[in-house]
Amino acid sequence: MAAPVEFLQTSPYFAGMNASDIEVIAESFFAKTFNKGDFITWEGDLGDALYFVVSGAVKCFKVSSEGKEQILQIVLPGGSFNDVAVFDKGTSPTSTEAMSLVNCYVIAEQDMQKFLKDYPKLISNVISVLSERIRHLLELVEDLSFRQVISRIARILLEYADGAGPKPKLTQQEMAALAGTAREVVGRSLKTLQEDGLIRMERNRLIIANKAGLSQMINAHPSDKQ
Amino acid sequence: MLEMPVVDVEKCTGCGTCVAACHCNAIVIVEGKATIIETKLCGWCTVCEAVCPEGALHCAYEIVIEG
Repeated sequence: MAAPVEFLQTSPYFAGMNASDIEVIAESFFAKTFNKGDFITWEGDLGDALYFVVSGAVKCFKVSSEGKEQILQIVLPGGSFNDVAVFDKGTSPTSTEAMSLVNCYVIAEQDMQKFLKDYPKLISNVISVLSERIRHLLELVEDLSFRQVISRIARILLEYADGAGPKPKLTQQEMAALAGTAREVVGRSLKTLQEDGLIRMERNRLIIANKAGLSQMINAHPSDKQ
Repeated sequence: MLEMPVVDVEKCTGCGTCVAACHCNAIVIVEGKATIIETKLCGWCTVCEAVCPEGALHCAYEIVIEG
């Protein structure tokens, strides 16, 4: 089933393109649904398709040889994944897993490559998307290199509470994988943030009680990585 | 309705580690899988998620800003 033009128009990949051009590209898309816990792509797979999330959340992650997981990105509706493998015609640098029921529109790598030749505006949009992706990853590197764990946790909490659109619920294990630390450290950090009055934990709701204070916590300790 | 920890039955091996760790006596093994039976007792301490060797228990938080 072709992707709706209205959906593709919301993607930065197709920003500023004519609806008639997007309609041609839309015909090459097909719909796919993944259940919670389904692995969608594996690190090292050939990048044979680009995925656009319509609903749900997808985590992009790497796993160390010791089995430690590092989440690099959580893709929400409107976002895309497997971009790097499709555009450098290499293998997927990350694995991806559905964090909930996920509906996607997918386009094959060879179709996307063909459209890059046909539509110059698409190339400049791809550059913008990948640049934004690099910026996000540089911020993650900065986080993991320079910020204490509690500051990283504070950033994650604010990111997942702020902004429009549905966000996935996060387990402490997922917060640990996002922050590049162990689950126990997340638990201690949340306890500290609660004791400081910055958050309140009410069963399965984590309430940011002092947004300004939590924002300050992000840059409170710029050195001494944990 | 109270939100409950979620058991991934495909990952759960029924080892019982969560049962032993649960302070609230809210979990038992039913037909080889961890099952939350005493729903009112579960205090959302998340110890079950912490101790599960298979990562089969999930206690997910909704993160919101007050006000």
